Amino acid sequence: MSQTDDHAGSRRDFLYYATAGAGAVAAGAAVWPLVNQMNPTADVQALASVEVDVSAVTEGSQLTVLWRGKPVFIRYRNAAEIEGARAVALTDLVDTKAENDNLTAEAQATDENRTLDPEGKWLVMMGVCTHLGCVPLGDGAGDFGGWFCPCHGSHYDQAGRIRKGPAPRNLAVPVASFVNETTIKLG
Amino acid sequence: MAGIPHDHYEPKSGFEKWLYARLPIVGLLHSTLTIPTPKNLNWMWIWGIVLTFCLGLQIVTGIVLAMHYTPHVDLAFASVEHIMRDVNGGVMLRYLHANGASLFFFAVYMHIFRGLYYGSYKSPREVTWVIGMVIYFLMVATAFMGYVLPWGQMSFWGATVITGLFSAIPGVGGALQEWLLGGFAVGNATLNRFFSLHYLLPFVIAGLVGLHIWAFHTTGNNNPTGVEVRRGSKEEAEKDTLPFWPYFVIKDLFALAVILTVFFAIVGFMPNFLGEPDNYIQADAMKTPSHIVPEWYLLPFYAILRSFDNTVWAVQLVQFLTFGIVDARLFGVLAMGAAILVMGLAPWLDTSSVRSGRYRPMFKAWFAVLCLDFVVLAWVGSQLPTPFTSWVGLIASTYWFAYFLVILPLLGVLEKPTLAPATIEEDFKSHYADPISGPAE
Repeated sequence: MSQTDDHAGSRRDFLYYATAGAGAVAAGAAVWPLVNQMNPTADVQALASVEVDVSAVTEGSQLTVLWRGKPVFIRYRNAAEIEGARAVALTDLVDTKAENDNLTAEAQATDENRTLDPEGKWLVMMGVCTHLGCVPLGDGAGDFGGWFCPCHGSHYDQAGRIRKGPAPRNLAVPVASFVNETTIKLG
Repeated sequence: MAGIPHDHYEPKSGFEKWLYARLPIVGLLHSTLTIPTPKNLNWMWIWGIVLTFCLGLQIVTGIVLAMHYTPHVDLAFASVEHIMRDVNGGVMLRYLHANGASLFFFAVYMHIFRGLYYGSYKSPREVTWVIGMVIYFLMVATAFMGYVLPWGQMSFWGATVITGLFSAIPGVGGALQEWLLGGFAVGNATLNRFFSLHYLLPFVIAGLVGLHIWAFHTTGNNNPTGVEVRRGSKEEAEKDTLPFWPYFVIKDLFALAVILTVFFAIVGFMPNFLGEPDNYIQADAMKTPSHIVPEWYLLPFYAILRSFDNTVWAVQLVQFLTFGIVDARLFGVLAMGAAILVMGLAPWLDTSSVRSGRYRPMFKAWFAVLCLDFVVLAWVGSQLPTPFTSWVGLIASTYWFAYFLVILPLLGVLEKPTLAPATIEEDFKSHYADPISGPAE
């Protein structure tokens, strides 16, 4: 549009760039609300904490509850499971991080760093395979006596740590705590 | 159009002249329908019409289904059953739409492999090919979102797995997945936006189909010999071609009638043969079906996604070299995307100067293996993961990439092609010259 040979920049060049710049800003401002409306809405964002009554869960069984639209496994492990999970060397693990939101990101994936209580009876974790988000099957499923994801064949051990298959990380441990002896609070 | 010399539209009546001066739309339709078409086109050149029909069928049945469907997590499953039980003719409409997707993909795979064999992707038809690949990609996206709408178990868990692919992207993956889903898991927001986009994308595809046709009407059709139509004069061109209307329209409609006979037999007598029984169970966020499989037409690419786990040395190497950024999951996702991308790059990967596979003896063998490979991948994708299927899947996935990235570039150098006929007329006469003994092939 400009026919000038003045490389130092003419009034016309300035108007051209200013108009194009203003147009780009206006287009961006128009597109952003259209993109942002797809983010989770306020009611979805509202972080509902859930209190779960675990008094009915017996040793060696598990409860699955829905929290933020996803299942959470709450397992009351028996002595054999605790022993089996604690016997695993860190060098045998695919993911050596605890993946526990109650601890720092650097915490190692020892069985003690995965469980809710020091004795290791209660294991609380997201029932969401870290591969592509299926719900793994529990109660000793898979090659390592823990969980097995039927979608793409990921095997998790008795502490929910990934041992074999395409999943990259251990099952995530959400923020959780005992409110009293029989109630666990999630979130 | 077409650069092939032919008669152009001349407005005759007073009204035609009046309209032509204002909007030459009749001329556009005339030159589209009478485009000179190579007269040696074989039966693999009918899939374009089948695909156009499928797009029309899906849009028409889809619009009427949307009049009865409710995109809400509590009502979607019931509204599909309402269509099946209460809506007049609803069973037929829904089964036409569901099986129509299968016919659509069957036809598109025949169309794509036709192009791969006869070198239709080669210069000067690269733009037609790339637009076609974009259409295929949008078809996959549309089919995937459509499959979520009935809100059955396969709908829900298929959506969970596929949107989970995006979370594999380093850094922004988690936020991107939440943005796509509109929540922390597949839910009502997801269902609503998938319904909106499932309605929109077919019209985008229709627009691209227009560009696809425009592009190959500019270059002219390819044909089984890969030899170009002679363009020296109108008389010369007419020895190689016939007008699309009526010759090829009648042929294509005959083929369509045969295919629709089979299609309606499936719709009428075995409408759920290609579907998954699990999708007649309402979605349950607490329970994953024991075996998640996509619809048959996505199985080959699903198999490629699953094949690269952390026991594969190439995956371990890439993970090590990228300091763990590209892990087994991201590797699988990238492999699935790349499997479609390498097809799109075929025009630039194929170094052979001979267009049609008919005159490439070595290519024929490798191409036959590719067709087999596609079927094997589909089989692997349909199976529960076992060490044996993983092993087969890995080999089959590797061949898919090797065909495009190694074999196509090398064949152009290593292969000695046989002699193609000088003209299309020569090829045509060698098949149809003697009307008593009939076609030679």
